[in-house]
Amino acid sequence: MTLPLLQVRDLKVHFQVRAGGIFFANYLPLKAVDGLSFDLAAGETLGIVGESGCGKSTLGRAILQLLPATSGSVAWLGKDLTALDRAELKAHRRHMQIVFQDPLASLDPRMTAGDIIAEPLRNYETGLSSAAIKARVREMMEQVGLLPSMVNRYPHEFSGGQCQRIGIARAMILKPKLVVCDEPVSALDVSIRAQVINLLMDFQRALNISMLFISHDLSVVRHISRRVMVLYLGKVMELADRDAIYGAPRHPYTQALISAVPIPDPEKERAKPRVLVAGDLPSPLDPPSGCVFRTRCPKATNICALTVPVLESAGVGHEVACHHWRD
Amino acid sequence: MNGIKFTSAPAAPGEIAGEFTGRSLWQDAWRRLLANRAAVAGMIILAGIALASVIGPFLLPWSYDSIDWEHIEALPPQFSTGHYLGTDSLGRDLLARTLFGGRISLMVGLLATTVALLIGVTVGAVAGFVGGRTDQLLMRFVDLMYSVPLTFFVIILMVVFGRNFALMFLAIGAVEWLTMARIVRGQTLTLRNKEFIEAARASGGSTANIIARHILPNVLGVVMIYVTLTIPQVILLESFLSFLGLGIQEPMTSWGMLINDGAAELEINPRTLIIPATFMTTTLFCLNFLGDGLRDALDPKDR
Repeated sequence: MTLPLLQVRDLKVHFQVRAGGIFFANYLPLKAVDGLSFDLAAGETLGIVGESGCGKSTLGRAILQLLPATSGSVAWLGKDLTALDRAELKAHRRHMQIVFQDPLASLDPRMTAGDIIAEPLRNYETGLSSAAIKARVREMMEQVGLLPSMVNRYPHEFSGGQCQRIGIARAMILKPKLVVCDEPVSALDVSIRAQVINLLMDFQRALNISMLFISHDLSVVRHISRRVMVLYLGKVMELADRDAIYGAPRHPYTQALISAVPIPDPEKERAKPRVLVAGDLPSPLDPPSGCVFRTRCPKATNICALTVPVLESAGVGHEVACHHWRD
Repeated sequence: MNGIKFTSAPAAPGEIAGEFTGRSLWQDAWRRLLANRAAVAGMIILAGIALASVIGPFLLPWSYDSIDWEHIEALPPQFSTGHYLGTDSLGRDLLARTLFGGRISLMVGLLATTVALLIGVTVGAVAGFVGGRTDQLLMRFVDLMYSVPLTFFVIILMVVFGRNFALMFLAIGAVEWLTMARIVRGQTLTLRNKEFIEAARASGGSTANIIARHILPNVLGVVMIYVTLTIPQVILLESFLSFLGLGIQEPMTSWGMLINDGAAELEINPRTLIIPATFMTTTLFCLNFLGDGLRDALDPKDR
């Protein structure tokens, strides 16, 4: 069996949050990511969905080692990234890149588009001549659909979609093997979204990139992902192939999410059954006992408050963390 | 990527051919600075004053410390005696003294500010960006230095090393970098958590790399403003130290000292105040215009 590109095992990222205390600070752990495990194969796209505050972005950053993991391991081709020293980490980082949510904020306002795209090259391919860098940047700009004459422009002179293209060009110039897309289209206009998504998919096909596609937009995730992971308060609720998740969701939370996706046909939209979820996301500082979703779950019973549901297999490659998924 | 052409990339309206040379922020800034008339005028006048201060004293008939015994009283401007701007109350040529004072004042302003700039920006950026214990250590040291009174500090230096011209630069520089460090640290803290810093880290930048390439260009605008405020401060500080007998001594002089002397005889002989004061205010004016122009030039959004 070939080794998966990325193996995440029991990954936990906890933040210490100061809660009260006048002279001596009182710290509470905020479990942003709490015991996640999954594999990612080469060339595969894993969609990660969930509400805001469920740990999606934290997960992406912890995998890239931009945030320290509290425990657990992130193995890249079998090698644990959390245990690497700085030089080794730098060497591994060239294979993994990130595309950010806010296209303008992720670009240095004092750098020209050309310099921004060239930056990874300057960090990793130090032997390149400036002419070679220029040629690579130009090629990248053409691939992402920017005019090469725009090299000297500054980020604020571009539109949101163009900024995101610059961000994608920067991420792709080193030909990475893994790209974490942290809500790359949620800040964009609907009309630009499809273009940017298709651009990402083109790159994925051309370079056989694995992608972690973080989003709260289920339709976008459905379009791009092969498998989908549903997160709630830092825990996996359901992990399955795209068609299984969208066709036959097992977890009540997933069912609620899927039923909230609008259908572009008013008749069907009005007729479709809705699973409603009551209330708000509980505070991650004080998560419910047992199953974290039980406070809002329509199927919750006594057992949900007492024992934490483990991920059970509900079909080939379909995992669910719910006591009542068979109902 | 071997000429892959994606369909999703919107086709450029007509294939764009030809070379596009990349420009850096610095080239852009220079171009924008040259387009700013006030800044260019400031630069030219400043250069004129600096040049006059450096070579002027060699060309004048009187040196800064020689007394014209024939005109021991303050003489109004005369061409026949070679005192183009008159003499002071001791019969020394005022133009020669003003130009010579300009040398000292500009040198102090330039050197002490450069020292303050280098140390302050480095310490501030490192403390702000690295954070944690490094930040604590550096900033507590800054607090410590703040609490030492300047005159006390200078007197100690004098006692230990003896009277020395260079000590003054050291003393002033050692005081002025503290504020710079605090300002730069504050700016760096707001930049540190921006997404583009995270992006730089993800694309393999080391800490030193990120500070040099991303933090510094972004704090430069504020730093430039502070530098233009520091130079006049330093020039005045020098005259204060000299007045206390801790800086330069007669017959050497500086603008600050000349203004000080001139103020004493303002009612009898206002010329001795007005002439050095005109030179100094013109210089500070030009510095402010230049600083403002630099700040604008370094901000790409002002294009």
